[in-house]
Amino acid sequence: MSSFTSLLGRDMRLAVRVGGGALMGALFFLVVVSMIPFAIGPDLALLARIGPAILWLGALLASLLALDRLFATDYDDGSLDLLMMGGMPLEIAVATKAIAHWITTGLPLVIIAPLLGLMLNVELHSAGWLALTLAAGTPALTFLGLIGAALSVALRRGGLLLAVLVLPLTVPVLIFGVAAANAAIVGPAPFGPPFTILCALSLASLVLGPIAAAAVLRHGLE
Amino acid sequence: MKLKGDQLACNRGGREVFRGLCFSLSEGEALLVTGRNGAGKSSLLRMIAGLVRIAAGQLILEGGDRDIPIAEQAHYLGHQDAMKPSLTVDENLQFWTGFLGASRNPKSALEAVDLAPLADLPAAYLSAGQRRRLSIARLVAVRRPIWLLDEPTSSLDTPSQTRLAELMRDHLHAGGMVIAATHGAIGLERARELKLGSA
Repeated sequence: MSSFTSLLGRDMRLAVRVGGGALMGALFFLVVVSMIPFAIGPDLALLARIGPAILWLGALLASLLALDRLFATDYDDGSLDLLMMGGMPLEIAVATKAIAHWITTGLPLVIIAPLLGLMLNVELHSAGWLALTLAAGTPALTFLGLIGAALSVALRRGGLLLAVLVLPLTVPVLIFGVAAANAAIVGPAPFGPPFTILCALSLASLVLGPIAAAAVLRHGLE
Repeated sequence: MKLKGDQLACNRGGREVFRGLCFSLSEGEALLVTGRNGAGKSSLLRMIAGLVRIAAGQLILEGGDRDIPIAEQAHYLGHQDAMKPSLTVDENLQFWTGFLGASRNPKSALEAVDLAPLADLPAAYLSAGQRRRLSIARLVAVRRPIWLLDEPTSSLDTPSQTRLAELMRDHLHAGGMVIAATHGAIGLERARELKLGSA
């Protein structure tokens, strides 16, 4: 347990210190979402209709932005070797890092999404529902991204590789996330089915992501 | 407790680094691994640390806890110091002792390597030798029987090298083992030598 809290605490602290990536995701989200109305024009009805999709897309890209450094920094300074030598199973250590990453990067996105929704003519009440779908779906993005982050360390390629590998895997999350948000905001389809599938995707990636990432790291660090 | 390597072989990137390597080490003994560059000194240490796959042969720890892998009973001091520049000296050490399961107060470990006055300084401002000493503090703070040291004296000044030799001697007296890859003397009198690449 002390291993868990130590690692969680360290990664969260690193994220909010100088050079950490905590605010980068939220800033990127803000920039992307505020550019959309300029590109599309002041058509309020159109903005309200595509608003949930834009917010989801922005959150998806923002949450993957800082992910490629998740293991790379630990690999570069030798911490990863020691993490593998600890008493904690690598799968749990990897999951712990992902939880810390979600708290510092994913959670801020969920919190600011309703405010950014106002820019897209999504009402505050509807934006609450949207934030709920983001809260349920962004953990899936982080834990799927974990696999890409591990691969980019194992293959010694950073950056774009992660996006290319991970984005296709996130398509189901995007589909059901936007479907759930639209169901809640405009209807008429019920909110329940897409939202439960979204939760299921999150839970599945919560289990599979760390196992896959740990296997990649073990295999890659030879 | 006895650590034995039996007919060990190592391949890195499809190239054979060494094979048929045998050694054995008992409690309180030190082993100096020597050899030319590329002879496989670091690979051997990383192999014992569980970070490089054993291509052939086996590694046995007799008398230890069988349920715990050798890697979890060993400390690895590599070329990289595993310290985060944006955390303070104290936070870095606190993290590793917490993660690895502390058995000693981190404060006294910092005093053991003369870093106590710098405890609140971010690690980014440390010199190479000071960072090295911070890594050594981790070995002192968390008790593990096997120390795997890869060129432990590099970038250390003479007083620090003496201090490291004292710490290693204390560790050996307490029944520990030291395996060090080195090119020169590290201040241990009764250390055996394992020469790689001579076969």
